[in-house]
Amino acid sequence: MEQEYFITAFSENSIGLLNRITIIFTRRQVNIESLNVSQSSIHGIHKFTIVVNTTREKVEKVTKQIEKLVEVLKAFYHTSEEVIQQEIAVYKVKTEALMNSKEIENLVRNSGARILEITPDYTVIEKTGYKSETQELFDKLDQYGVTQFTRSGTVAVTKNPKELLTEYLKEVGWKA
Amino acid sequence: MDTLTKKKEDEGQAPKTKRITGSEAIILSLIEEGVEVIFGYPGGNIMPVYDALYHYQDKHIRHILARHEQGAAHAAQGYARVSGKVGVALATSGPGATNLITGIADALLDSTPLVCITGQVGSPLLGTDAFQETDVIGISMPVTKWNVLVTKAEDIPAAIAKAFYIAKSGRPGPVLIDITKDAQFAQFDYEYKKCTSVRSYIPAPKVEASKIEEAATIINSAQKPFALIGQGVILGAAEAELRAFLEKTGIPAAWTLLGNSALPTDHPLNVGMLGMHGNYGPNIKSNECDVLIAIGMRFDDRVTGDVKRYAKQAKVIHLEIDPAEVDKNVKTTVAILGDVKESLPLLTEKVSANKHEAWMEEFKKCAEIEFEKVIKHDIFPEKEGLTMGEVIRKINEKTKGEAVMVTDVGQQQMIASRYFKFNKTRSVVTSGGLGTMGFGLPAAIGAKLGAPDREVIAVIGDGGLQMTIQELGTIFQDEVPVKIVLLNNTFLGMVRQWQQLFFDKRYSSTPLINPDFIAIAKAYCIAGEKVTDRSNLEAAIDTMLNHKGPYLLEVKVEKEDNVFPMVPAGCSVSEIRLE
Ligand SMILES: Cc1ncc(C[n+]2csc(CCOP(=O)(O)OP(=O)(O)O)c2C)c(N)n1
Repeated sequence: MEQEYFITAFSENSIGLLNRITIIFTRRQVNIESLNVSQSSIHGIHKFTIVVNTTREKVEKVTKQIEKLVEVLKAFYHTSEEVIQQEIAVYKVKTEALMNSKEIENLVRNSGARILEITPDYTVIEKTGYKSETQELFDKLDQYGVTQFTRSGTVAVTKNPKELLTEYLKEVGWKA
Repeated sequence: MDTLTKKKEDEGQAPKTKRITGSEAIILSLIEEGVEVIFGYPGGNIMPVYDALYHYQDKHIRHILARHEQGAAHAAQGYARVSGKVGVALATSGPGATNLITGIADALLDSTPLVCITGQVGSPLLGTDAFQETDVIGISMPVTKWNVLVTKAEDIPAAIAKAFYIAKSGRPGPVLIDITKDAQFAQFDYEYKKCTSVRSYIPAPKVEASKIEEAATIINSAQKPFALIGQGVILGAAEAELRAFLEKTGIPAAWTLLGNSALPTDHPLNVGMLGMHGNYGPNIKSNECDVLIAIGMRFDDRVTGDVKRYAKQAKVIHLEIDPAEVDKNVKTTVAILGDVKESLPLLTEKVSANKHEAWMEEFKKCAEIEFEKVIKHDIFPEKEGLTMGEVIRKINEKTKGEAVMVTDVGQQQMIASRYFKFNKTRSVVTSGGLGTMGFGLPAAIGAKLGAPDREVIAVIGDGGLQMTIQELGTIFQDEVPVKIVLLNNTFLGMVRQWQQLFFDKRYSSTPLINPDFIAIAKAYCIAGEKVTDRSNLEAAIDTMLNHKGPYLLEVKVEKEDNVFPMVPAGCSVSEIRLE
């Protein structure tokens, strides 16, 4: 059964690693739904958060292949119940549309979004939340015309008390 | 610090570090890693390295000039496979580097340790589509264990040290270092430190005692246990540990194409070869055993046949160094991660001594059936035409299991693997995972250089020989005394066999009109003989083996012979065909 999985890979910060990781997916015809790379809580270690819709068997194999990469310290996969996740979306609408209708302002207020910038020409709105929520706001705003839209990759942390990597680092005797 | 310059310093003269060019550093680093032979081909962006090599050539490093970079890569593979050392290949940027790719891909699938060094355009030119610039890092990424672009001379020693460490540790594989021309020219203070660990990389997982216990319990209650030997045993140098395990438990063992020679052919527990053209017993018993013990092998589809109908009745114990191989193709009951050199003795300690005579008897019965239906006709043919099998039998009679066998790909590869006999490990050099035609001749060159005291016999088909036939030039120039046995059936035999069996004998583009191979060899001053008649075969083999230098023995074999047994693609191993 296909479902949403969150793959987390902890790695060195080296050139080309993103390419090494994505070809693992390409070769197995697994589509990456979203991708985010950032620092982790451990100094000098980077973290990939990759969201895929696939089967447990496939995600397990892909995760092992990622972990096999020399520059990857450890890779894990989780279901959406096991992580706390957020995405950020920014929307650009014409300020004129905002002025002409009270609705937009209500939408912003009721959905917990905020306005980042207003110029005479355009207004930029930002919302953080689940993909379904940022999508819902898009659909509503688009009735008035969204001129630009971008959604970030998913960022996620697990419900574990510690960074998943800490155990591994202890094992290999590495001190931050 | 263990470097050449350091040694000099100990002698009380040279300074702690030495100011040298990047290219000289490449050569000195290779020497530090114990490299004695490299295979390569020069060109613009690797010329500084060749210039440095000129200086060290006679004293420390022998460079073998291939006739094509693919040949250099395969030769490095052959060298690595027989010697257990890292094979080294050198090439220029662009076409030189892309020509290496087939060999690198082959080495990745067959876990062969290689360090490939390619020249790259100067760093200011990177990304400008400069002359002979290709993104070799990008191209080789999916077919290397690791690769790196070096743009500064001072990064060269560490990159080479890391490359060797990664190539040979854990599950070995090919590594590529791409070095820009300016880095080759630049001067810096050289010092060499061997690499002994990489933070993000665990070569071999630790063996878990609990897994050993679990596996031992299963093995101890097994009625029909069956061991599968892969190349992991050879790569881990665990041949003695394997024997100890098998001999204590009395478990019959079969081998994969690459696991061949890990256990002597005549060992009483050796029941033969697995896979599509493997032996009858090992294939059908895979689906009758109650416990399958896979040792350093990866359940390739050529071994499992239809994996949905493979060993479903059995509990599977998998001893494996690479966690990504566990449960990849076949679901395991117990996975013992780690180096088999470590895990096998632990397992041997926990299992009880046993004999499985009745079960062994079943394998013997299968062997008898196969002998009557297949083997007899292969190696003691009654028909007029010569068979590949009888050539191998005759070679066995002379070499008595002591020779190294190199093969190309196709029918000759399967027949040679089935019938060649071995007393010693690391006696087989064949392209398994990638099945690369053209592998045989250059790999034999490397094998001979890696095992100079052993007879190296390359069994090659008429198709495959012509894929890398120019390496006869390398054999000639460097006087590499390999014995080439060309089994000429005037067809791309293995493809023709499939056309006969599955495409109504429509021989589309498989007949070959061949040149005079003996004349070609002669043009390279390589002695040879063509045998067309059985009565001349034995004497011709004697002549070949007694000849001091390289030799080409061409045997005209039956045109339309087939390799059996065969598990047709998509079939279960139980559906193995004997005819
Ligand atoms: C580079 C490459 N191209 C194509 C193939 C497909 N192929 C596999 S076996 C074979 C025929 C080999 O013929 P030959 O070398 O004469 O050996 P034979 O099978 O007759 O022993 C071919 C074309 C391959 N394995 N490698």
